[in-house]
Parts: sequence; structure tokens; C-alpha cells
Amino acid sequence: MDLIRLRNVDKKYKNGVTAIYDLNLAIEKGSFVFVIGSSGSGKSTLIKMLYREEKPTKGQVIVGGLDVAKLKNKKVYKLRRKLGIVFQDYRLLPKLTVYENVAFALECIGEKKDTIRTKVLKALEDVGLKNKVHEYPGNLSGGEQQRVAIARAIVNDPKLLLCDEPTGNLDPEKSMEIMKVLESINKSRGTTIIMATHDKEIVNKMKKQVITLKDGHLVKFKQKGTYVE
Amino acid sequence: MKLIRMLGRSIRDAIKSVIRNFSLSLASISCITITLIIVSVALIASFNVQNFTEAIEKDMTIVVFLDNDAKEEDVKTIEKAIKAIPNVEKYTYQTKQEVKEKMQEESEVFNAVLDNWEEQDSPLKDTFQVKVKEVTAIRNTAEKIEKIDKVSIVRYGEGMVDKMVTAFSSIQKLTYGIVIALIIVTVFLIINTIKLTISARKREIGIMRLVGASNLTIKIPFIIEGMILGIFGSIIPVIVTTYGYLAFYKHFDGYLYSKLVQLIKPEPFIYQASLIVIGIGILVGMIGSASAVRRYLKI
Repeated sequence: MDLIRLRNVDKKYKNGVTAIYDLNLAIEKGSFVFVIGSSGSGKSTLIKMLYREEKPTKGQVIVGGLDVAKLKNKKVYKLRRKLGIVFQDYRLLPKLTVYENVAFALECIGEKKDTIRTKVLKALEDVGLKNKVHEYPGNLSGGEQQRVAIARAIVNDPKLLLCDEPTGNLDPEKSMEIMKVLESINKSRGTTIIMATHDKEIVNKMKKQVITLKDGHLVKFKQKGTYVE
Repeated sequence: MKLIRMLGRSIRDAIKSVIRNFSLSLASISCITITLIIVSVALIASFNVQNFTEAIEKDMTIVVFLDNDAKEEDVKTIEKAIKAIPNVEKYTYQTKQEVKEKMQEESEVFNAVLDNWEEQDSPLKDTFQVKVKEVTAIRNTAEKIEKIDKVSIVRYGEGMVDKMVTAFSSIQKLTYGIVIALIIVTVFLIINTIKLTISARKREIGIMRLVGASNLTIKIPFIIEGMILGIFGSIIPVIVTTYGYLAFYKHFDGYLYSKLVQLIKPEPFIYQASLIVIGIGILVGMIGSASAVRRYLKI
């Protein structure tokens, strides 16, 4: 079954720049997909449309049965609860501990304290940070901070995990650590992962599905692809 | 259950935020304090003006003098005609004899002079004293009475009354205007100060939105924060108005210039005024923060 389906999607920004041209796409549940392309190719725009930070100018974007384009501002939270998002800059709250940062996601949606505790500890275990529960983000390395962000993104068991250049700030070694974490999440939890990146090495090593964008057009959608400009 | 949990969390967050952003909170609180002091002074003035306008209005009487040759039947028809006017609340009738006695009671000079007058050459007249329901229409009522047969003169303190009524109503409008203008200014000031605290927490709001917090969940802590600022901001104004008014009332012995201009008794008036001031503070804080946070919730 397809978790994500895009039909004839155009995205034109208010400043007149067109980021996506007539994009058609179907992504299966449980898959691990890279979105690659140079800067300005539309990768980020695609990811942003999937979590409804941007609306498509034309066409349909369906995520887990929800028509994202038609979703009202007030209802966006319903979509957001079904997915997790990870960014290049981690976006952690510096005044909260690792545990609190991850728990924050569940507190915001009104989960019970006991449930929060179980889920947070499970998520932190999955990213290999169970021993850093009481640390503050400032005391962690970049790779560890990104793993906290991943834990926060998966703590509510989303069907979909969106990653926008999650390894952009990390050295190759740490990047591979992150990729291992993501791969194990994809396998053990069955979470669909879509990751925008321009890290050639990672894409070539992982041998996953690859969507190649160029100047807003879909160039290729390959199973077990490699990074080709 | 979930709702209570969320509310508890919102209150906790709001208190935390007031403490964490103490200097900004203090800025909001002092701006609420200053305006609320002025608002409460204007409120007290306006209530007092209203109070003595009402008192004076209650005291206002139309005096109807009858013709000297009015007979008993004439008095009855006049009485009926007065009764028929819708604006008349109540009336009393005094014969010239009663008027004479009353005047003699009031002053010894009158007593001596009036004693020598016989019934037929008395300059006094039979009178009706009429109270009206609506003072603003007193002129109209007086004119109607004047047209009744056998009525000789009608007096109601013409020019003075008209002037006083319009003066009081414009004072009241002015104080209301001041109160409303001040409230609007405060709301804007609070919007701006709370915007500062919010922009410091932009990141937090952004993350809340990413992880699927509903707009209401994000808004409520800020609205509660605004309410807390409003409550803190109204403490000093409440103290100032309560003790200030008590001292003022005591100093003037309860009236200004003449016994006609009575001040409102401090109890329970000051408590009511304090409640209104606190209410305005809370409302202003709420509105300010709600509209400040709205900008960050657009997606």
C-alpha cells in the first residue's frame, strides 16, 4: 500500500520561484527513500510539503490518507502527530535534559506520565542514548544531539519519518552512525523513512530507493539506487 | 482527564515562563499597573459623577402654581391632567394655607409678615409639586403642565437644570472615553511586551507545532501567562484605589462643596471597583497575549 502519493504537484513560491514542476510520486509503506539533488533542486520543498509547512500550488499530496493540500491550518496537528521530523540543526531545547526533550513531544499532545516514561525510554534505547538521559544537549556531541532529535521524532510511533539533511552538520563517521540508527528504526519499527540529502557516500553505501530531483523535476526513481547527478 | 492534564501543564508552564522571563514580565506588569491606576481613578470619578447626577435628578421638582380663582373642581381637573402625563412619577398638592404654614415654620421673618395677611390678599398660591421619571424630559413635561387650564406659573429651575444635566452627561462620557482609550493602549503595550517573551520562545513554539500540538494547546499557556500578568499588574492599583478612596472620602467627609454632591460610601463600593479593576487587568492580559501568540501560529 502507498503511504504517500503525489499527483501533478506544482509548487510556486510567492516570490515567483517555482520549486517543483508536475511531480508524480508514490511511496510504499515501510520503505526507505533518499531524495537527492543539488541545492535548489526542490528536495527541501518536497519534504516541507509532506509535513504541510508548505502547501502545493497545484495537485494532490496525500500522506497516510490525509489530503495535505486541503488540510486547514487548525487541523495540521492531526497530520503532524502521524509523522516525525528530523532537521539538520537538531532543534532541541537547550534548557531541557535529553529525557525532557523527548518527553516534550508527548506532553504537547497530552499523554499520560506513565506512558510518556515508557515510550521515551524505549525511544532513547532505540537510538542508543539510554545512558545520557539526564544530560543537557549542550554537553552532547553533534551526532548524539541528532540521535536525541531522532528519538523525539519516533517517540510517538509515527508511520513516517521525514529527515531533511540529518547528517549535514556531521562528519562521515558520525553520519554513518545516524544512518545505522535510521536503518534499524526502519527495520524494527517498520517506519517509512524519507531522507533528503546530498551526501553521495551515504546514498551509495545504503543501497536504498533513490528519488533524484533536478531543478524541480523528477529525474529518476530507482530501487536500490546510487547517487547520480 | 486529558483536558485536566493539559490545563495543569499549561498553568505550570505559564508560571515557569513568568519567572523565567522575569524582566520582561516585570515590564508587562508595570505597564498594566500604571494604566490600571489611571483607569481606576477614572472609574471612581465616573461612578461618583453618575451617583450624584442620579441624586440631583431625584431631587428635581416641578412646582405648579395655580390661578388665584381656581376652585376645588378646577384643582381636581388639574390633578387629573397632571396624572395623565406619562413622565410624571408622583405629585403632592399644597393649598396656599399649607404653603403659608410651611413658610412660617421655616423662618421667623416669614412668620411675622405672613401672620398679618388675610386669606384674600395672600400673595401665595395653591401648588402642585411634581416629580418626573426622566429628568432629561423635564422641560417638555413642564410645558405640558403649563398648558393646563387655570395653571398660572410653572417653575423647575430651568436653565440651571438643563446645564447641569448636560454637563454631567458630558463628564461621564469623557471619563468613559478615557477608560476605553487607556485599555486599548494597554492592550497594545502588552501585545508588544508579550511578543518579546514569545519571540524568545519561538523555537519552543516551532517544536510544539512540529510534534503535533494543537493551536489551542500552544495558545493556552500564553493566555494564562497574560492572566497572571494581569493579576500581578492589578495588585498595586487595587491598593491605591482602596486606600486612596477611603482617605479621600474621610478627608471630604463624604461630600464635595455642598451636601448636594454626595460621594459614594466606600463600602461596598471600593470592593466592587477593585473587582472591576482586577477584571480589566485579567482581560487586558489575556487579550494582549492571545493576539501576540496568534502571529506565531500561522502555518
